[in-house]
Amino acid sequence: MKKSNKKILSEKQVLHIAKLANLELTSKEVLKFQSQLSEILNYIKVLKRVETNNIKPTSQVTGLKNVFREDKIISSLTQKYALENSKKKTKDYFKVKAIF
Amino acid sequence: MLNQLTIIQALKGLQEKKFSSQELVKDCLKNIDRVDKKIGAFITVSRSKSLEKAKKVDNLIKTNPSIFKEKPLLGIPMALKDIYSTKGIKTTAGSKVLADYIPPYDATVVKRLKKAGAIIIGKTNLDAWAHGSSGENSDFFPTHNPWNLKKVPGGSSSGSAAALSSSQCLMSMGTDTGGSIRQPASFCNLVGLKPTYGRVSRYGIISMASSLDSIGHFTKTVADSAFVLQITAGQDSLDATTPNVTVPNYSNKLTKPNKELKIGLPKEYFSEGVDSQMRKTVEIAAGLLEAQGHEIINVSLKTTKYACPAYYIIQPAELSSNLARFDGIRYGNSRSFFGDEAKRRIMLGTYTLSSGYYEAYYLKAMKLRSLIISDFKKVFKEVDLLLAPVSPFPPFNLGEKVNDPLKMYLSDVLTISVNLAGLPAMSLPCGFTNDNLPIGMQFIALQFKEEVLFNVGHQYQQLTDWHKKRPNI
Repeated sequence: MKKSNKKILSEKQVLHIAKLANLELTSKEVLKFQSQLSEILNYIKVLKRVETNNIKPTSQVTGLKNVFREDKIISSLTQKYALENSKKKTKDYFKVKAIF
Repeated sequence: MLNQLTIIQALKGLQEKKFSSQELVKDCLKNIDRVDKKIGAFITVSRSKSLEKAKKVDNLIKTNPSIFKEKPLLGIPMALKDIYSTKGIKTTAGSKVLADYIPPYDATVVKRLKKAGAIIIGKTNLDAWAHGSSGENSDFFPTHNPWNLKKVPGGSSSGSAAALSSSQCLMSMGTDTGGSIRQPASFCNLVGLKPTYGRVSRYGIISMASSLDSIGHFTKTVADSAFVLQITAGQDSLDATTPNVTVPNYSNKLTKPNKELKIGLPKEYFSEGVDSQMRKTVEIAAGLLEAQGHEIINVSLKTTKYACPAYYIIQPAELSSNLARFDGIRYGNSRSFFGDEAKRRIMLGTYTLSSGYYEAYYLKAMKLRSLIISDFKKVFKEVDLLLAPVSPFPPFNLGEKVNDPLKMYLSDVLTISVNLAGLPAMSLPCGFTNDNLPIGMQFIALQFKEEVLFNVGHQYQQLTDWHKKRPNI
């Protein structure tokens, strides 16, 4: 596989994507991911050559559509179990940072 | 050594009271103590819980000899990829984000296996979040191939394959999103089944790419594989993608005389890029099947070359969305605990789904997916099943590809079309390289036709003994 030197993503873009994904990156990581992600995107580009104007996209392979169930309450996790793995709790609630 | 037995042999022994479930579990635990320091297959070993359970099983057998009708896997020690939620047993997904997470519930498949009487002996190592093809992306430690400790066992179900291959359990469960069962099965000389998408419930198994994830297992024989699918398959109200399709009696159909089948060899899977040893070995297997009266037909799947790029758009896109829920608030650690590969894929998916790029990437890939599906449909008009190599090369060295993500991604090139089309496929042993490393081949069938895979696979295993060879460890 020939490696392309042209980087599809800029450093700024990498930082923006990381922000969207709620990830914090070090400046070293930004450079590493910039070149690795650019290389992968460069490889993926081959798809542009395929003509797909009249093709319908597939998201569900076995043909199921709109699967419903009866609107009946079924048992679910108790509050005790749901809170069990949380590191920050207050009384019977999850504790999160304030959002203002 | 009871841990060397197949499931069917062990069940017979238990029923005939030749040995107890406790003896069976103890032999597995003894072997874990002996070999797993070298292999690194397990993240968690449920030592006391599994012995306790085995004791109960032995009492059950004593008081009710016909209990096996109700509990077909009674007393069988099994390992679960550590991405299966297990009530009360730590489930890490191979990631430090979930290093101390203890699920409050069981995955549907875990429930079914427990109900069938199987004993969870431990949880196995994997590439974190199932992202990888070598096991090296585990946030904890890499797993070594029992056939050669310098080699990778394949991935992402690395620990499940290595554990069974070295007889630390009698069966193991994995997940296959782009080859993560079939490839490690081929690297470790096992039978690896990737069922049809939706055949087995995904509920409670930590999601990677929801439209691709397939829940399957590793066994030593095809007969065992059919036996296990009987228990795991079927509709589940907790997974809306499991359709109401009857589960046939796989084991009964196993030994029915084969009609002569048309078996297609897709030429793209035998191209120059595939190691000649792999190609030749699979061709020899095809010759053997031809000698049994099956017809071998050369076919072409022209869209094969687009599968890898399409897959590396769809899969990261879906997983970026699935991994968004890990925020460290309700369970687990914060997002700063994600390893490099998870970060890479989350960002790749976030980018291809982001405004302005969605159509060029994700939508385009979903259209390619339609083309790949119609390509398979066309070929399946001519043949009953397909036969192909699983991996383009034999097990590679630990460290060989881990710093080059794209190179690692390309190792999935022969397995991912099947996931994009939602087809069932099974990898099984068919020979060894000059360096005594296992080579696997895969059969691919139409959706919900797992029985065809079992039928021809079982026939092949009656004629060969590749699957009986075990690593010297």
